[in-house]
Amino acid sequence: MSAPLVSLNGIQKTFANGTRALDHLELAIMRGEFVSLLGPSGCGKSTALRIIAGLEQADAGTLTFDGGRPEIAFVFQDATLMPWANVFDNVFLPLRLKGLSRQDANASVMDALVHVGLADFVTSYPRELSGGMKMRVSIARALVTKPTLLLMDEPFAALDEITRHRLNRDLLTLQADLDMSVIFVTHSVYESAFLSSRIAIFSPRPGRIVETITVAPTGARTEEFRRTPTYLEACGKAAHALELAMVGA
Amino acid sequence: MTAARLLPLAVFLALLGAWEAVVHLQSIPPYILPAPSLIFTTLIDDWRLLSASLAVTLRITALALALATGFGVLFAVLFAQWRWLERSLFPLAVILQVTPIIAIAPLLLVYLDAGTAVLACAFLVAFFPILSNTALGLSSTDHNLRDLFDLYGASRWQQIKLLRLPSALPYFLGGLRIAGGLSLIGAIAAEIAAGAAGQGAGLAYRIVEAGYRLNIPRMFAALALISIAGIAIWLALEWANRAMLSRWHESARERGL
Ligand SMILES: Nc1ncnc2c1ncn2[C@@H]1O[C@H](COP(=O)(O)OP(=O)(O)O)[C@@H](O)[C@H]1O
Ligand SMILES: [Mg+2]
Repeated sequence: MSAPLVSLNGIQKTFANGTRALDHLELAIMRGEFVSLLGPSGCGKSTALRIIAGLEQADAGTLTFDGGRPEIAFVFQDATLMPWANVFDNVFLPLRLKGLSRQDANASVMDALVHVGLADFVTSYPRELSGGMKMRVSIARALVTKPTLLLMDEPFAALDEITRHRLNRDLLTLQADLDMSVIFVTHSVYESAFLSSRIAIFSPRPGRIVETITVAPTGARTEEFRRTPTYLEACGKAAHALELAMVGA
Repeated sequence: MTAARLLPLAVFLALLGAWEAVVHLQSIPPYILPAPSLIFTTLIDDWRLLSASLAVTLRITALALALATGFGVLFAVLFAQWRWLERSLFPLAVILQVTPIIAIAPLLLVYLDAGTAVLACAFLVAFFPILSNTALGLSSTDHNLRDLFDLYGASRWQQIKLLRLPSALPYFLGGLRIAGGLSLIGAIAAEIAAGAAGQGAGLAYRIVEAGYRLNIPRMFAALALISIAGIAIWLALEWANRAMLSRWHESARERGL
């Protein structure tokens, strides 16, 4: 078995104001894996993601990447688009920051937009798009650098259920097509069971992982999957583990 | 839509009509209160004199606004980069802002020639709203976007150019609209304090001068030109605001869209 793409060992984080966000966090993600971080709000899930992205420094513990820091992309809960820039320029941003010219980036940007089904909206402004479309732009922006590791922080929490289900399915297709590892923060048991190969359950603050649930690999995860025993069992286990974590606190 | 536009115009014309009627019915002499028709003919008769003064005042106002924009944005960017610079210089800007310009003008006239002093006054009042609004805008960037820029290793210059300046644009334009009106006020106040005659005489000087000569219709004519200049500046900046923000900012959103 190969080394995990990312491992967090004994990660601790206390904020300047004394809030202990993470306590001895242990987590390893293999290549191609889809791992959900599931837990009550305020338990340190976002902090863990930010530490992996390098946006926050841990106080103690080690963060190791196999073969050097991979290309990392981050998707926030809000689409976080630049309102003054059109869809193309928003998706172009990561490549622009890396020094690519518009011509050189054009193919990659269009490719990312095709992947999320927004190739016809290059000249639209964020204000002109629905919530679901904005999130698609945000995902296209994350994909444009061809990341090996995609970090998503409750990306669909603000969307309606139908849109969320559609984006869930599309996300799995993208992950398979592009061969990414995904760490997906959510507080929805159902979302985590539908998407993940593994669900890591967080304890209330200070966060650490109290249980890991493996969802048996299945064929393509279509809407049908929501009616399979595998899915229902994963939901049950995750809900139970979450309840235990809350009581144990 | 058209009714909403016509209504203010109708009210304005009705007021002028009432004014005209009162002056004629009461036989008020022009040196007490000239009728609008007389003000209008004065404007035509004295056009050479008044238009030259209008040009002087507008040139100074525009120059002051341009300088205030340049220096205001420059200092706002410097402040956003170096907090210690902001902490050391911002209080000075506040002092200049809270001291009434009409009180500073005579002092400036001691050290500078009249034209430069008027320009300096107009600049001083226009500078602060641009500086403070732009500084606020530069520090109001979305923190998630800041994280995104950090994630992709953006340079300091990229942060300014691609994130902070565009975020600050609506704030800057808000400051510019205030500064546009203030720079005209600053120029007028300083012209009155300067009382400069001859070549560089602006509209405010024409008012003072016509007052000495009891040429009341000309006072009103010059006053009308100042108002029109103020309205034109306001409309131009309003238009610029809409043109630059139309597609992305809530403030420029067409109603009913
Ligand atoms: N920059 C910060 N400074 C102080 N406290 C913070 C900061 N960021 C997060 N926290 C606190 O740390 C805890 C964990 O936050 P977070 O990781 O955002 O939780 P989650 O994403 O699981 O809801 C919360 O109590 C939060 O208020
Ligand atoms: Mg969070």
